[in-house]
Amino acid sequence: MFEVRISRALRTLLAIGTVAAVAAVPSLAQAQAKEQYFGIPSYRVGPFAAGGTGFFGGIIDYLQYVNMKEGGVNGVQMVWAECETEYNAARGVECYQRLLTRGDQRMHIFEPLATPIAYGVLNRVDDDKVVLTQYGYGRSDAADGRVFPWVFSTMTSYWSQASAIMNWISTKEGGVANLKGKKVAHLHLDSAFGREPLPVLNRLAKDWGFELVSIPVASPGIEQSAQWLRIRQERPDWVISWGFGAGMNSTSITSAARINFPREKMVGVWWAGSEEDVMPAGDAAKGYFAAANVPNGKQFPLVQDIEKVVYGGGKGNLSDPKRIGTIYWNRGVTAGIFWVEAVRNGQRIANKRGQTLNGDEMRAGFEALNLTPARLKELGIEGMLPSFKLSCSDHEGAGVIKMIQWDGAKWVSVTPDWVSSDRKMIREMVEESAAKYAVEQKITPKKC
Amino acid sequence: MFYREAGQFRTSYAQDSQIFPLRQDRLAMIALLAVAFLLIPAVASDYWLRALLIPWLIFSLVAMGQNILTGYAGQLSLGSAGFMAVGAFACYNLMLRVDGMPFLVALVLSGLCAAAVGVAFGLPSLRIRGLYLAVATLAAQFFIVWALDKFGWFKNYDPSGVITAQPMEILGYEFASPQAKYLLVLAIVAGLALLAKNMARGATGRAWMAVRDMDVAAEVMGLPLMRTKLQAFAISSFYCGVGGALFAFAYLGTVEPSAFTIDLSFRILFMIIIGGVGTILGSFLGAGFILLLPILLSVVFHAVVGQAVDASVVSAVELIVFGSLIIIFLIVEPHGLARLWQVTKERLRLWPFPH
Repeated sequence: MFEVRISRALRTLLAIGTVAAVAAVPSLAQAQAKEQYFGIPSYRVGPFAAGGTGFFGGIIDYLQYVNMKEGGVNGVQMVWAECETEYNAARGVECYQRLLTRGDQRMHIFEPLATPIAYGVLNRVDDDKVVLTQYGYGRSDAADGRVFPWVFSTMTSYWSQASAIMNWISTKEGGVANLKGKKVAHLHLDSAFGREPLPVLNRLAKDWGFELVSIPVASPGIEQSAQWLRIRQERPDWVISWGFGAGMNSTSITSAARINFPREKMVGVWWAGSEEDVMPAGDAAKGYFAAANVPNGKQFPLVQDIEKVVYGGGKGNLSDPKRIGTIYWNRGVTAGIFWVEAVRNGQRIANKRGQTLNGDEMRAGFEALNLTPARLKELGIEGMLPSFKLSCSDHEGAGVIKMIQWDGAKWVSVTPDWVSSDRKMIREMVEESAAKYAVEQKITPKKC
Repeated sequence: MFYREAGQFRTSYAQDSQIFPLRQDRLAMIALLAVAFLLIPAVASDYWLRALLIPWLIFSLVAMGQNILTGYAGQLSLGSAGFMAVGAFACYNLMLRVDGMPFLVALVLSGLCAAAVGVAFGLPSLRIRGLYLAVATLAAQFFIVWALDKFGWFKNYDPSGVITAQPMEILGYEFASPQAKYLLVLAIVAGLALLAKNMARGATGRAWMAVRDMDVAAEVMGLPLMRTKLQAFAISSFYCGVGGALFAFAYLGTVEPSAFTIDLSFRILFMIIIGGVGTILGSFLGAGFILLLPILLSVVFHAVVGQAVDASVVSAVELIVFGSLIIIFLIVEPHGLARLWQVTKERLRLWPFPH
């Protein structure tokens, strides 16, 4: 009897659920005013939630800002829908499918901030006419726009970043010649992400004459005692910390402190250089360097304006407004800037001012990204982004980083200018790798 | 009223031992297959095919493998994601290194590779049982993923470490569109499900169930214990391997070790627990529950709540609701969804009478 009652209740629950689901399946879109729809595959739960909430919060805040301050782009409102990917490849692919259409609106830019998800959708974006942006991560050879017309690794890929970090290290050592005979340890998460810079580092080790010690850390990277014992034995001059996640990164720093390895000789990749990564390490993190795509800080006019307009108007996305101006949030804002500039360019190029763009027009707009120093000043982000432009064959743009150092309370930029990578060498490697990919996948490279 | 067998006489042994002895069941199955093969590819949207149906079918296949091992043979295993990974990488390497390898042949061979690995890691089952065996299979999971990551040969020394799967081609026809992929996966899963059902109903399945219920007694009765257990591991890993290859080729499009984590192994185990251990239908139902319900919750919450609530709260609430539903289901029907369906069918046999 109990069983019957329960199963009856269950059946009604199931029925209600199915009805609600069918009714709620993404098909609601009332587009009266012209709207440009963006699908945002965010991750707000899980071990990387700190970065995700910051980055995607920054994007949404900037889109909100453009809507509030300028009424959209030429009157076209920016609208978006979020989907939780949990930094998981399968869920990311499902989110991509779900966000692709919303009623009769289509998504044309996809930024998952996750290498596994980017790879998962890589071979779909061409057919679906979606611009896949890999903001400082993902396939480094996607910088070759002839083989990857729909993939953009704006504005600095992993290879460029590794090269730039080594360039900065060489300046600290007093020149490339002084690196000869020195030892650099590459402490990395044992994954595709961690191994990505190895081709560049190996090449530089050969060219410059230093010894590269590759030290992998098994995921999730919270257990590093064996690795730091090895570092104590090897006594490298520099340690490049290529980790991901607050747990792994703070553990690297505390382990370094434990063996008295100077934090001033540690350089983190940009995933290992946010406030959330170093704060758990406390005082041990003082002096730690990291590369940054986008510096932190609230001194930029745009950041201050967003705080005033968006957060002042109660529409801020961050639940903690103190995170305005942090690394991930600033990076998100610049990602939002790329998207809006793409819409602006696209409308101008396709002669569709004040209208919704389709996939090809959005792609053309993104490829026409040209952030001149004057434009940067106009946008209020002078010093936040380098001046760069994309082109048909160059989907990376800048290939530069800023070097920041943790002073115990905040990140401080130690390079007034941008640190460049060896653009010629990196481009050579990119074209070689892209050509190999094109042959494997039977793609005919575009003529640029 | 509708589900009576009055008037249906079986006049041969073949008729008596068929999977669906009742005519109503046979008609329902034919209708279901017609809907699956003909109606759905015609009307379902791309999203439904690519994001919901294809992964559901693939995970049903893997859950069937897990069910064969844990449900029928009683060998608790936590290595299914590892065997999936073996299948995926085997398929990739076979298609890469053997010129002109047909996809279906590569699929079968990758299943056999996974079966071989499964037998190797199933050897501990001859000495240990239960939780200890689970730990040994856990070792399989970690070792396989580590080995695939470590030795660059498996990934063709790709610098990025994430390889794109080759397109699936059979007799010159490339299965690229969602409808084509769906039909291919459906055909493979339906065929293997039929095979699994018949194995489970036959002497093989009875041997497995004897081993599950009391292996000492089974051995005393004359069942070759080693052969039965290793056979269960082999067949289960074959299914997981084929499932893994399809997962990489027909769904994700990439072949990478990090897609086959311990997390996935646990999910597959949960699929058969919720669906019903020791049933083939349970694999389908469980895969649907574990895979599709979170998506359903996400869609419903986003539609109902929209942007009114902070997105991280919405995501957290989805997880809470999902967990609670699992607990509720297991309290109400510990034998899983398949048992609920069985009870429903029994009631339907009597309907409209209560008993």
